Amino acid sequence: MIDPAHIGYRFEPHTQTVEAGRLRFFARTIGETNPVYSNQQAARSAGYPDVLVPPTFLFCLDMDTDNPYGYLNDLGIELAKVLHGKQHFRYHLPAFAGDQLTFRSVITDIYSKKEGALEFLVRETTVHRVDEKLADLSSTIIVRHS
Amino acid sequence: MTDTTIPAAASFQVGDEIPELSTPPISRLTLALYAGASGDHNPIHVDLDFARYHGMDDVFAHGMLATAYLGRMLTNWIPQSAIRSFGVRFVAISQVHDELSCRGVIRRKYQDNQETLVDLELTVSNQQGEAKVVGEATIALPAD
Repeated sequence: MIDPAHIGYRFEPHTQTVEAGRLRFFARTIGETNPVYSNQQAARSAGYPDVLVPPTFLFCLDMDTDNPYGYLNDLGIELAKVLHGKQHFRYHLPAFAGDQLTFRSVITDIYSKKEGALEFLVRETTVHRVDEKLADLSSTIIVRHS
Repeated sequence: MTDTTIPAAASFQVGDEIPELSTPPISRLTLALYAGASGDHNPIHVDLDFARYHGMDDVFAHGMLATAYLGRMLTNWIPQSAIRSFGVRFVAISQVHDELSCRGVIRRKYQDNQETLVDLELTVSNQQGEAKVVGEATIALPAD
């Protein structure tokens, strides 16, 4: 059982620079061919200040810490038992290559189903560029005990 | 497509299907590249020894790979700035060799604070028609 006392657990805030090369790598990997996601000139021609960060990439940037799964150790959860259950994004402003984005996360809920065979961990994250809030993310992680 | 103009609300109706997106079979290479590009290095997606040790028959796809495909479908259809929210629920694991297809249907169209919003129902399924991801997105459109 995950101790519900971990509700309110705060992750160390971290700041990531959005790298254009990484966005190109991501675009190529997912088969994205719209050049606003990989080419600065194309992005500028389309009216953006730089290469556009695609809809799911903020989730990826939030994993760019030295030990993105370290919190599982703190909570006594084995990585191999973890599945991604849900993911939600609420967008306020777009992000671009060159931006420095700050991620702040907190565990907001812990609950179980099937008499404890499945446990759920909800993590809420805000993404800011200095003082501007760009997005709110919510992730639900499933821990399988069967 | 680099057009950043959001189409007028009149061009969208409840029940409309947006252009679907089909993706090539998920290969182990896809998963290795996605691990690197996404920064999600969970070995369960790329290391067969690790997966077997922990009772899985094989490695399996990151849920966020299918989600990235859904994102591609949305931004193929409308400029990204129109997307207000986007959420998914992973209902089954996507396996190596699955060919994922993304679909979206407009389920609701409504006014909110001078804006026209449409809610989409999203699904990702494999070549057998098994649902892998279900989700929803809310899109903001300029007034008619």
